Amino acid sequence: MPKRTDIHKILIIGSGPIVIGQACEFDYSGTQACRALKQEGFEVVLVNSNPATIMTDPEIADRTYVEPLTVETVSAIIEKEKPDALLPTVGGQTALNLSVELYEQEILEKHNVKLIGANVESIKIGEDRELFKKAMDEIGIPTAKGGFAHSWEEAEKIVETTGYPAIIRPSFTLGGTGGGTAFNPEEFEEIAKGGLAASPVSQILVEESILGWKEYELEVMRDLNDNVVIICSIENFDPMGVHTGDSITVAPAQTLTDVEYQRLRDMSIACIRRVGVETGGSNIQFAVNPENGEVRIIEMNPRVSRSSALASKATGFPIAKIAAKLAVGYTLDEIPNDITKKTPASFEPTIDYVVTKIPKWAFEKFPGAEDVLGTQMKSVGEVMAIGRTFKESLFKGLRSLEAVKPLRLEDVPDHVLQRKLARPNSQRFSYITYALNNGYSIEEIYRLTKIDRWFLEQLDEVMQLQKLIEDKKLIDISPEILRHAKEFALSDRRIAFLTNSTEKEVRARRKDLNITPVYKRVDTCGAEFESFTPYLYSTYEEECEAEPSERKKIVILGSGPNRIGQGIEFDYCCCHASFALQDANFETIMVNCNPETVSTDYDTSDRLYFEPLTFEDVMNIIDVEKPDGVIVQFGGQTPLNLADKLHAAGVPIIGTSPDSIDLAEDRKRFGALLEDLKIPSPENGTAVSIEEAIAIAEKIGYPIIVRPSYVLGGRAMAIVYDEQSLDEYMRSAVDASPEKPILIDKFLERAAEIDVDALADASGCVIAGIQEHIEEAGIHSGDSSSVLPAQKIAEEHLETIRHYTRLLAKSLKVKGLMNIQFAVKDDRVYVLEVNPRASRTVPFVAKATGVPIAKIASLVMADVKSLKDFNLPENLSVPKIFVKSPVFPFKKFAGVDPILGPEMHSTGEVMGAGETFGEAYGKAMEGAGIELPMSGAAFLSVNDSDKGQAVILARRLNKLGFDLVATYGTSKRLTEVGLNCETVFKVNEGRPNIVDLIKQGETSLIINTPLGKTSHYDEQAIRKAALQFNVPCVTTITGAEALIEAIATKKSQARVTVRSLQEIHKSGKSLIVNSQR
Amino acid sequence: MNLPKKAILVLEDGRAFRGESFGADGESFGEMVFNTSMSGYQEILTDPSYAGQIVCMTYPLIGNYGVNEEDSESRRPWVEGFVVREASRIASNWRSTETLDSYLKRYKIVGIERIDTRALVRHIRSKGAMRAAISSIDLNEKSLLERVLNSPEMQNRELASAVTTDESFEYESKGDEKFHVVCFDFGVKTNSLREFAGLNCRLTVVPSDTSAEAVLKMKPDGIFLSNGPGDPSAMKTVVEEIKRLAESNVPMFGICLGHQVLAQSFGGETYKLLFGHRGGNQPIKDLASGKIEIAAHNHGFAVDAKSLPAEIEITHVNLNDETVAGIKHKTLPIFSVQYHPESAPGPHDSEYLFQRFIELMEENRQ
Repeated sequence: MPKRTDIHKILIIGSGPIVIGQACEFDYSGTQACRALKQEGFEVVLVNSNPATIMTDPEIADRTYVEPLTVETVSAIIEKEKPDALLPTVGGQTALNLSVELYEQEILEKHNVKLIGANVESIKIGEDRELFKKAMDEIGIPTAKGGFAHSWEEAEKIVETTGYPAIIRPSFTLGGTGGGTAFNPEEFEEIAKGGLAASPVSQILVEESILGWKEYELEVMRDLNDNVVIICSIENFDPMGVHTGDSITVAPAQTLTDVEYQRLRDMSIACIRRVGVETGGSNIQFAVNPENGEVRIIEMNPRVSRSSALASKATGFPIAKIAAKLAVGYTLDEIPNDITKKTPASFEPTIDYVVTKIPKWAFEKFPGAEDVLGTQMKSVGEVMAIGRTFKESLFKGLRSLEAVKPLRLEDVPDHVLQRKLARPNSQRFSYITYALNNGYSIEEIYRLTKIDRWFLEQLDEVMQLQKLIEDKKLIDISPEILRHAKEFALSDRRIAFLTNSTEKEVRARRKDLNITPVYKRVDTCGAEFESFTPYLYSTYEEECEAEPSERKKIVILGSGPNRIGQGIEFDYCCCHASFALQDANFETIMVNCNPETVSTDYDTSDRLYFEPLTFEDVMNIIDVEKPDGVIVQFGGQTPLNLADKLHAAGVPIIGTSPDSIDLAEDRKRFGALLEDLKIPSPENGTAVSIEEAIAIAEKIGYPIIVRPSYVLGGRAMAIVYDEQSLDEYMRSAVDASPEKPILIDKFLERAAEIDVDALADASGCVIAGIQEHIEEAGIHSGDSSSVLPAQKIAEEHLETIRHYTRLLAKSLKVKGLMNIQFAVKDDRVYVLEVNPRASRTVPFVAKATGVPIAKIASLVMADVKSLKDFNLPENLSVPKIFVKSPVFPFKKFAGVDPILGPEMHSTGEVMGAGETFGEAYGKAMEGAGIELPMSGAAFLSVNDSDKGQAVILARRLNKLGFDLVATYGTSKRLTEVGLNCETVFKVNEGRPNIVDLIKQGETSLIINTPLGKTSHYDEQAIRKAALQFNVPCVTTITGAEALIEAIATKKSQARVTVRSLQEIHKSGKSLIVNSQR
Repeated sequence: MNLPKKAILVLEDGRAFRGESFGADGESFGEMVFNTSMSGYQEILTDPSYAGQIVCMTYPLIGNYGVNEEDSESRRPWVEGFVVREASRIASNWRSTETLDSYLKRYKIVGIERIDTRALVRHIRSKGAMRAAISSIDLNEKSLLERVLNSPEMQNRELASAVTTDESFEYESKGDEKFHVVCFDFGVKTNSLREFAGLNCRLTVVPSDTSAEAVLKMKPDGIFLSNGPGDPSAMKTVVEEIKRLAESNVPMFGICLGHQVLAQSFGGETYKLLFGHRGGNQPIKDLASGKIEIAAHNHGFAVDAKSLPAEIEITHVNLNDETVAGIKHKTLPIFSVQYHPESAPGPHDSEYLFQRFIELMEENRQ
């Protein structure tokens, strides 16, 4: 069937900010879909609030709206753009839910917009577990016993039929939020009630436990001609009970016979037909009883998902791209397979390697949250590794995780070990290997973990091999055994550790023995046909298929797994480097191990190495490719940390030199530089012991900011107000040592913070954006909203900031991008930090200015052009006001205090643009999922020094029609100035108190600035209640001012105005030629 | 960790791979082919169509779920040798009764592992299926190569008679018997018999050299020509018998080798493919409906479309290379497919063809 001719303009909804359960896999799928449809000649309109995505680059769609994903905004876009069709299946659950709402509010009908890819009925069957169960019953596919409850009473009845343990899953929540496993009635009550509250439709599924069953996933595609193919099967290493997003997963299925696999295949095909997904991809999950093979279907997602991104990367079959083409009428046999070129897409990929995905967690950032894995997803990112054996892919994956400090277990008592094995947790893998090394049999570990014996056997084989090496001298290890070790993907570092040698020695020894990896291609077909795409992975075998070219080439090192502090923004930068350099006729070579990203799409760069980002793995690639340059500055801290070693090994690192990077990162050298340049910075020092820390603190005076050196995202960073707290911090939070000193800075209280991104080279420096933080100093820059242009910084200070930026760019000989953090306090500008690399805010600045700064930087770094040749103004300007706001994952971590501080907690960000600050900030808030309250009661509780400003805020709120509620002190002050204010108890003062009020739904806005230690408990209770009941809660006066400004703006507007990036930058000078991408 | 025994694989063009021995110790010769199915090695090992061949699995991890008592496609394994990247040390599946290694040892099948199987497959893909040997007793490339060059070639090699049943036997219908089907056993897989039995057919399975006369005496409602090994063009006498049966107006259904024999009986010709089709992921287009079925394949020869007479219509094509995948006679109740609707291993998309044959028998009765 040829493509449809009745539609011309298609609206695509993206997935919004990165959150747990919905990450950059939807940038990957959305980008693919936009490109595929544009290629087919459709006009593509895109809406996505996330500026850090490639999909929101102005050349990906015809019209790009970086606007909140709300019914109101998207309706306005539909009204303005009048698309013929809406593709709801490539933007995750967010897009799907929003599309259903648009349908139900009859907006689609009113504007004559057709849904393509999935219809509302199939979305509902797929997503509503009750309908799904019924549909599966009809076609005879077994589902787990249990049922749906809309109330606690119903839930109680159902649990009688399922027994314990019982699984509770709330409907329509991301990543299983609010779900869990109850082992007894008490737990059941807690989880069931929480789940009912978390579900937007107050519905939970209560089911029999199939804990410990094997878990499988199949990725299915269907076209309009009812052709159905399976793209990939996935087997979970962790059995049922752990969310698939938190499981180690393996493709293809490993322990099913063909008979059993074909049964799942038949069920999948029947399922997609019954659910009625007309075209596109779906993900179907099954549980299989390891004792007898009984099957239960768990769920199906009638859309592109995290697993389909993984399946695409695992097989080389681009699911999202094909899904988009199917949605506009093509059939599978009409679409060619890009990789083989000769064969059609109507086949089932077969692979000749093993793919392992391993999640990356961030429990260390959420003290108070229990490290237990269950049905609610908690991981913040993932890695994928490819190997010719499971052992190889697993161990490559483990080293891709970049675990800072591998858990080295010693003397774990049996009862602890058994509990750790039995209860899934983020460190379980270490406990399994510990058990294997300490005499536990595979059978015993199986009994505790229910992880398939085959997987455990694989681990055991690696442990056995390690024993052959351990404590031997490197030179005494036979070439045969050393080769075996490399085949099992033991890293040079690991071998060095086991043999008490160095990584360098191991590398030299193995090169002497000719034990070097070869590169094989991912080709969708198990080598049956020739592959035309250099999508490569390493393995220790005979034949190398890398076939490096003779072209001028640049290697770009990616950013590895997403984590808090290093996410999609860096992937954006890496992709941009690749695009720009390709246009400049370089061959670009991407190295990365994150399956969710656009950078690991096989057609983003000329060549893709899906490999861990370690010195060993990168050097192996460099040995084969012999690049003209390597970019380490775009992938965040991961590649930057390799810079020194790569440089020492003679690798041509382009851009700012490794020495300059070191100069900026080394406290002493950098301090001396600032002194030379007469640039003020907060007083600081470096301590390797508690005593030293206390001495430094006394010298510079409290409060201070303390943190370990070389960390990411403010890990273990804290503000300390007195000696006792410092002592506590030094003892508990970190272990200081000469290798790992603690950095101490004077904390500039109430300073304004500013982030500057700039481009520089020998020919000059262009200041791309001076972003003012909404929240004051003390809150991690990644967790603070920021606005471009700066709103409240005096011009003279801006001038100083510009001056310092240029000075630093010159002194550090920056070539490419740099980011500087400044603070302004008492009319003085301080430099807090300089990063001579691409920063988290690069995509935001690029989208606000309309200037592709990452592309320009890469061209400058590769000496294609000098910065001067771009004819940019010295300071870039913005045509509107742009606000960037973070989103937080606190809801996923029960028991955690959702307070902001110097340690970063946000997982993603949104952008809002407007004519006024209020409009832009309001959009950013809505984009971040905060509904602006328009009326109701505003609760205020502020510390004494904020009381003056609180009065101003209260007046404004009052004028906007809010009732005022405050705790005693604040209330007294407000009443004194003549405001009508109700007084409410603090939590420890009696009841009903403020928390009761929040829970009763009587509060629409909370302004609560920290009062210090005494009221800590109170504030925590307020924040937790606000989080649970979705009440906006602001903890800084500046944040409150901004929010009230946004409310006022919204109230004054009759309707929402939407603007595409193309309109915003219409007059803009497209400064470098846009590629077709 | 004991260092395992070495083994070597040598191809007739001199390329050699050194690895480790698994399964039986010894030496074996055959045509080197590869299969791209990721599961189903037990079915592949026991598929008689692999007689005379050394099979390399492109999926690197084989043996994970062991071997069980239910999934064999015939009474024993037929492959000459088995090549894998890594054979599992243990078997993990609730139905498994032994490991792959012990199964191969029991049936004296020589295996080799820990070689670069992808390199081997790429070699075969570009140079074509060729003779080869695996040995764990003679590790000298030269002497082994010499013997490879003295081993028989697949072209013109008739093998159906080597795998067929010695005597005819009955296979009972599962429910009430509605049809009697005579099955020519060129190397039939048990699942074909199961498919028929499940559709109320009683089968008489006859040796490959059974005469048309003998078959007609059994008064069959339909005749099934099974899959099997070897070069179809070397089966001239069988082709003659089938020609006679075609004239009898009894519905006939052929798969794989049976399809090639049928095509020849109408004057069609077969040719050797470079490396054949072996796997469970091949796209077949049904030209009548336009629909795609994902099918299991196992063949090294194909029917030449140009050689087919006017009364034969091409019904299915393989979209990977446009080769003939199915034909039917325009007037007689006869059709055949190159692939494996009985799957085992492989997808079930083409199962409908058995039903189609039942309908044909039904119509023919009226």
